[in-house]
Amino acid sequence: MKMDLWIMIAVFIVSTALGYKLISDVPSLLHTPLMSGMNALSGITVLGAVVAAALALGYGSRILGILAIVLAMINVVGGFLVTDRMLRMFKSDK
Amino acid sequence: MNFGLYEIISGVVVIAVLLGIRFLSSPRTSVAGNRLGALAMLGSIIVVLLYRGILGSFEVLAGLVAGGLIGLLLAIRVTMLRMPQLVALLNGFGGLASLLVASVVVLEGGSRLTTANILSSQLAIIVGGITFGGSMVAAAKLDGKVRQKPLLLRGHSVMSLLLLLFMAALAAYGPFARAGGAHAIMTGAALASLAFGVLFAVRIGGADMPVTISLLNASSGLAASICGFALGDYLLIAIGAVVGAAGLILTRIMCRAMNRSLLDILTGRTAYADGIVQAPVPQAPEGERAAPESEESRIEKVLGIISVAQTVIVVPGYGMAVSQAQSRVKELYDILTSRGTEVRFAIHPVAGRMPGHMNVLLAEVDIPYEVLCELDDINPCFGETDLVIIVGACDVVNPAAISAEGTPIYGMPILHVHEAKHVVVFNLDTSPGYSCVENPLYEKSNVIMMLGNATDSLAALLERIR
Repeated sequence: MKMDLWIMIAVFIVSTALGYKLISDVPSLLHTPLMSGMNALSGITVLGAVVAAALALGYGSRILGILAIVLAMINVVGGFLVTDRMLRMFKSDK
Repeated sequence: MNFGLYEIISGVVVIAVLLGIRFLSSPRTSVAGNRLGALAMLGSIIVVLLYRGILGSFEVLAGLVAGGLIGLLLAIRVTMLRMPQLVALLNGFGGLASLLVASVVVLEGGSRLTTANILSSQLAIIVGGITFGGSMVAAAKLDGKVRQKPLLLRGHSVMSLLLLLFMAALAAYGPFARAGGAHAIMTGAALASLAFGVLFAVRIGGADMPVTISLLNASSGLAASICGFALGDYLLIAIGAVVGAAGLILTRIMCRAMNRSLLDILTGRTAYADGIVQAPVPQAPEGERAAPESEESRIEKVLGIISVAQTVIVVPGYGMAVSQAQSRVKELYDILTSRGTEVRFAIHPVAGRMPGHMNVLLAEVDIPYEVLCELDDINPCFGETDLVIIVGACDVVNPAAISAEGTPIYGMPILHVHEAKHVVVFNLDTSPGYSCVENPLYEKSNVIMMLGNATDSLAALLERIR
């Protein structure tokens, strides 16, 4: 378990660094769609929610898990779709 | 945990998402990048359903479908003006989802949980709760459901500090509590973090929203990442961290663009001076100052300037969005470019209510993105520009930021419109912007003020040009 924790911390640090590097290159022109895209990504919690809801034994925690699925899914679908809608508006004059 | 199929797939999903973000560096490839990210996410959901054998759970599927449909409706119905509200709302949903998942971990885990699991669950609850509480207030303020003015309660800072200490104590005690105690701690942490989030957001004013929602964007990612620690899921940790990094970058950019430190905004030193600050500007000699003119003669003057201008820069601000003057701006753009005039747009990073807000509003009315210029790129060009047209912007063009030491706005990077030959201002009135510092630009002799609703004044001008 000790080992696992260190791997998790390493994953966190590497992902933050890589993300920081790549997102620094996103022009301010696209910062609004970037934010809504990040909304979609933060819906990744849906993966945890699905497992939590399915494996929960207690009635209360099952309901909490399903509520989490709904909320995270709003982020995933809403975030990606609205980002797509915005990005398609950006047109070139050439 | 040993590395199996799920870990390998997680790696692939993370690489696809990062590649998608790489594609966001250009508008040309951005649509594909976003779709790549969406595809990776969809794939990961299907993998988890299959891998954990929960495809048969009716409630889970119903939850997925219900959330997906609500998301679909929100995405289709939102207008570009209301985009900041939607992003704030989704920040909050992300935070609440992480809070709920972490709560289930605590409720179901019992004695199987390690110290690290419990500690990260409590942290995920706290960060998720703060994000949710803060985002709901931010969304309500942005939507005009709550007054945008900063609200400072009696003992605001003390209350926030006490809540913070309370949450830290709960998180630290968490691993030592027995089952029943753990539930109480969880509930306490959730309630305290919600209250803290609300307290944090009510004291932040409307124009500080770009910083606030960037910060809440970061914390919603952080909550998901910490939730990953609680579950031992690398995919959640990695993707949450990427979102956190994005929010962090945007927060830094916004703070720099407003010349504010993050700490000032967090601790509520956001309230600029009470009342209006007179910027100590050297007054122009009487003779040079523009005498009050009739509206007709001002329009005539503007028409004259426009007819000979070779280079034009348009500066949009939040006022353009409020008055919905984008399509009028586009009409003007079309007429001028068809005459061979060079027209560009100068976009200040904090114009609007969220990062990049002006760009989506202008892209929506089909203004090509090549002419939307960033502050640093366009600032050297104002000196050789014949005409600047300001539409609903005040603070971002206030030269007091350069000259008036000691005023709240001093030091903020602005668009150097005062260097242009002529400036026409389409603002509602001459009252100062959010900074409460009078704009000395309005007094200059080469500046023509077209006051009133920008949509109407632009329409009146367009009528005469055609």
